[in-house]
Amino acid sequence: MTPGLTIGPIHYFWAAEKKRDFYARIADEAPVDTVYLGEVICSKRQPFFDQHLPEVAERLSRAGKRVVFSGLAEVMLKRERKACAELAGQNELEIEVNNAAALFHLPPGRRHRIGPFMMVYNGETLAHLAERGATHVTVPVEMPATSVAGMAQRAAALGVGLEVQVFGRAGLATSARCYHARAYGRTKDNCQFVCEEHSDGLPLDTRDGEAFLRVNGIQTLSHSYVNLFAEVPAMAEIGVTDLRLLPQDTDMVAVASVFDDIRNARIDTTEAEARFDEIPIEAPFSNGFWYGEAGHRRIEANARPLA
Amino acid sequence: MTPTAPENSATTDQRVPFRLADVPVPLLPLQPILYRIVRRIARMHPEVFDRLGAHQRTDFVIDLTDLPLALHLRPNPRALVFRAVRKDRLPPHKAHIAGDVLMLLRMLDAEIDGDAIFFSRDLLISGDTEAVVTLRNALDDVEGSIAEDVADMFGAPGRLALRRLRALAENSE
Amino acid sequence: MTTGELVCPAGTPAALRTAVDAGADSIYCGFQNATNARNFPGLNFTPQELGKAVQYAHEKGAKVLLALNTYPPEGKFGLWREAADLGADLDVDAYIVADMGVAAYVADNHPDKRLHLSVQAAAASPDAIRYYVREFGVRRVVLPRILTIPEIREIKQEIPCEIETFIFGNHGLMVEGRCSLTNYATGLSTNMDGVCSPAHLVEYRRDAEGGMATRLGPFTIDRFGPDESAGYPTICKGRFCNSEHPEGYYAFEEPISLNLSRLLPELMDAGVNAFKIEGRQRSRAYVKKVVAAFRAAVDDIRDGLEPALSDLAALTEGQKQTEGAYKTKKWR
Repeated sequence: MTPGLTIGPIHYFWAAEKKRDFYARIADEAPVDTVYLGEVICSKRQPFFDQHLPEVAERLSRAGKRVVFSGLAEVMLKRERKACAELAGQNELEIEVNNAAALFHLPPGRRHRIGPFMMVYNGETLAHLAERGATHVTVPVEMPATSVAGMAQRAAALGVGLEVQVFGRAGLATSARCYHARAYGRTKDNCQFVCEEHSDGLPLDTRDGEAFLRVNGIQTLSHSYVNLFAEVPAMAEIGVTDLRLLPQDTDMVAVASVFDDIRNARIDTTEAEARFDEIPIEAPFSNGFWYGEAGHRRIEANARPLA
Repeated sequence: MTPTAPENSATTDQRVPFRLADVPVPLLPLQPILYRIVRRIARMHPEVFDRLGAHQRTDFVIDLTDLPLALHLRPNPRALVFRAVRKDRLPPHKAHIAGDVLMLLRMLDAEIDGDAIFFSRDLLISGDTEAVVTLRNALDDVEGSIAEDVADMFGAPGRLALRRLRALAENSE
Repeated sequence: MTTGELVCPAGTPAALRTAVDAGADSIYCGFQNATNARNFPGLNFTPQELGKAVQYAHEKGAKVLLALNTYPPEGKFGLWREAADLGADLDVDAYIVADMGVAAYVADNHPDKRLHLSVQAAAASPDAIRYYVREFGVRRVVLPRILTIPEIREIKQEIPCEIETFIFGNHGLMVEGRCSLTNYATGLSTNMDGVCSPAHLVEYRRDAEGGMATRLGPFTIDRFGPDESAGYPTICKGRFCNSEHPEGYYAFEEPISLNLSRLLPELMDAGVNAFKIEGRQRSRAYVKKVVAAFRAAVDDIRDGLEPALSDLAALTEGQKQTEGAYKTKKWR
């Protein structure tokens, strides 16, 4: 079966105008099936875009996209707990849960999705969540193909969707501390939203001058972009139901189009690679996690057996 | 109480009558003694080798920074190697550990913590880090005092020497 | 419910006996495989060793908590199941778990055993903790090291289970159970393989000036001058560069250890039931000194005395200590 294509939540702190433009283009031009909205990284950013969410959701729905609202990954403060309870409590929207705090507030049997921050690594956890209303799970970005294949079987048996991130920086860690604020000698409470200055994250290079990581508020991302375009046919074969593109500060419509063509077998990997060459992306591509190797690595697709 | 180099305290503290670095160390007579030591440890604590796993076949060099010699260790229970070597003629090795004798002895005796002296840069390691960590963990599971076992081998003079070393170590704190 | 229970680390049988003898109320440890988060070479227990260790601890009135605090990847769940069953056979007193699948397995198959929620589950709110209590019957939560004491007090009032907090040792910076930094650099996962900066991929390179570079896989994660104190070779304790800090800075945290000895009375007053000492990878020397120091401090507090706090700074990373997030929100 042809897997669905999704746009994951925006991890960076982009200005409201930039986000609205981004989603307008996605609605009008991107060949994707599902769009996840909402702030997942930092609760301090939430008030800046929440007011625009209904309008953006409406626009995406009108364009035929399925809209899912994603919840916060880290929940500790009162306002974060409140946001979780509200997300879990409302009835009209489809939601994606990224913290067990939201699970606690879900009414019994209420249908919901499970996001990649929930760390679902095995069928046993999947079964536990499915029994309580989970309909769809995105696995952690570090999960290797061998385990994804087994998960896809378990998910199919449970009637649950299984999604894998195929594009964008890998979220490698989150923290209670804001590293963006720290880089500027500030604390999280007094961050002055310095993260807005880096629409593609704040670089962390090694002391040898090698690009390594990116800071995005409380999150640490890979420098490289995960790009599993060459693995899409194998994913379809093992039963991955959805492919997630994480928004980056590049031409995401062009990215989505390449994935759309490759999932529909309209182009081969060589042509896909050529198409990516034309998209302005400075960071290197990586796919190591998928092969159970170091995540930063890029392993040639034809040098490995099919998953 | 950062572990300090004993040489420094020995030169500032005149009460210490014994300076290890001054002891002339001819290597050849040392070899059978060292071999007896490691054989004895192996006999008394065979469980050490299980913890070493694949690193039974790793060559370690232990550079005794306050002595004019280094030690070569290959902890293979079937073919134990433990011998003194010259610093300018080190054998091929995968793991390198450097520190002064008293500090290493105290680490062996679980008197000081390996991580702590690594943090303070008094313990230097290079080469195969896993081998060093494995050796450290394996030796740390040996209860009682390896140093005392060794001293016992040499009877009363051995125990006296150990007491002196320990006094020196305490004075260096 | 007791209060001030001292929960101590043991990486080897000898360390476990040392901890018991030094006054530990409970000792946590794991098997020699990926089922625990300190899956380091030469460390941990064979089933036979654990059996003897449990016997030793029980004879002296101490408890043994089995760490099953990693996340089994699909296809390998059997290893965690076996470890849980073995733990029951060997009579451990509780399991420390993070993964929901593992929690469900233990709850279903060993319902008479206590279940503790590992810090690796990253439950930092009453809501998240109550989910685990409701679904798996968790009896105790190990709180992440990110909360202030007033926040801990508030949580305690809302949850129907015991609280354990870290009081000494390595100061984890990232949300536990959600960190793939090691895997990105090395191909081994903290969650799935139980390793953080695996030793066989750590290299210390000395330069001619007496400095040292720490490498993890192909990446230089820090450089030290000859006299600079070092820390653990983990990415979150490394120094990196950007336009704000072209010469390099501790982007996440300096090499520093947590030491809450001064805050013990406040923590007990806030309702913390158990104090955890980090360091299964540390030596017997560390276990002996730290456990004895905290045993004396807790006993003093129970007797209404001012605790005498021995100096543990030499055992800390970078020879520096902090009260971290517990003291002030500014840490964040």
